[in-house]
Amino acid sequence: MLTESKFRFLSEDVKKRSGLMLGPEKGYLVESRLSPLARTEGFASVEALVDQMMRGDAALSARAAEALATHETFFFRDRTPFDVFAETIAPVLKTVLHGRKAKIWCAACSSGQEPYSLAMLLEEMPGLDADIVATDLCNSVLEKARAGLYSQFEVQRGLAIQRLVKHFEQTGDTWRISPRLRQMVRFEVGNLLEDFGKYGKQDVIFCRNVLIYFDIEAKAKILDRLANQLQPHGYLILGAAETVVGLTEALKPVPGQRGLYARPEALEKIKAA
Amino acid sequence: MKTCLVVDDSRVIRKVARKIVESLGFACEEAGDGQEALDQCRKHMPDAILLDWNMPVMNGLEFLVALRAEENGKKPVVIFCTTENDMSNITQALRAGADEYVMKPFDGEIIESKFAEVGLV
Ligand SMILES: C[S@@+](CC[C@H](N)C(=O)[O-])C[C@H]1O[C@@H](n2cnc3c(N)ncnc32)[C@H](O)[C@@H]1O
Repeated sequence: MLTESKFRFLSEDVKKRSGLMLGPEKGYLVESRLSPLARTEGFASVEALVDQMMRGDAALSARAAEALATHETFFFRDRTPFDVFAETIAPVLKTVLHGRKAKIWCAACSSGQEPYSLAMLLEEMPGLDADIVATDLCNSVLEKARAGLYSQFEVQRGLAIQRLVKHFEQTGDTWRISPRLRQMVRFEVGNLLEDFGKYGKQDVIFCRNVLIYFDIEAKAKILDRLANQLQPHGYLILGAAETVVGLTEALKPVPGQRGLYARPEALEKIKAA
Repeated sequence: MKTCLVVDDSRVIRKVARKIVESLGFACEEAGDGQEALDQCRKHMPDAILLDWNMPVMNGLEFLVALRAEENGKKPVVIFCTTENDMSNITQALRAGADEYVMKPFDGEIIESKFAEVGLV
């Protein structure tokens, strides 16, 4: 186990790099997630690895921050957001885009199941085309996402069998997402703590199950900046345990739509209509 | 209470599947092959069927075709649950009237996810 001061260094360093909050109760998580990294980097222990970080090894610190993140995800996770996308968001986009392609951003996309679920919906839906940008802090999950290769276990979580048949090719024990869908999604490294300017204005942003790991201040800042990246009519979708309430005035919950948020002026318009 | 018929020639698998479907709130019945399953369905049509493919006497695919031809045989939601993991098997099962398809090995999470997919939970 790490000494108190080393743990404090680690948690501050990680928070600066990824936003992840490591409370003192997370000692076990730190050991279990950093031990494999310590081993592959040739350190005798997690403590030795943290010592090296304390000497200012920034590359190692970055790898530690990646290793500490939770990458849990699956296709059509929680269902509701995808129903909301198909039933509420897509019809609105069709009326406001005038034939332009929609811009969708999956911030914190992990191994790609979320953007690919959206790509499936879009392919099944006539009359709406989109460019999907999917970003994550972590290189290794992005590599998997780009390859589009999933295990038998992964393709059975949340994915209807018709969608497996329609959108995947089988190669031995693994399943590869179709080239059509892979073409619809661009995967890039992207840190939620860094500037969003290069992404441009979005019609829809998915940012799910990542802000829960951050402290209030970080959440509030990121939500303000996400609001800035939205078109006036744009939508933000958060995870089931996340909200904007009490964190920012730049976004409001869309009444009756769980997990869906929009800019206040857009909500006024919806109300008036 | 909704009922689920588990059709598999392995008693061990039936036991595992029973635990899972009961935890999802179903009353569970069991059959060891397709013919047994068909006999049971004629007496009482279940709401859901978890169906193995390779079984003695009558296999899962033959059972499914016979079931769908029965009066009321369109009612049960049929989920194949098998080690036949080829795309060709999956499409064959879907054409024969299967609603979902689970590739073994499975666990409670996968079964629950598939039950949700077909609107059973
Ligand atoms: C639990 S996954 C959620 C994946 C997906 N959005 C979902 O809901 O299923 C969280 C992801 O956020 C990424 N992440 C953590 N901190 C990040 C940051 N500061 N910037 C970008 N991505 C981050 C992690 O690498 C991880 O892949």
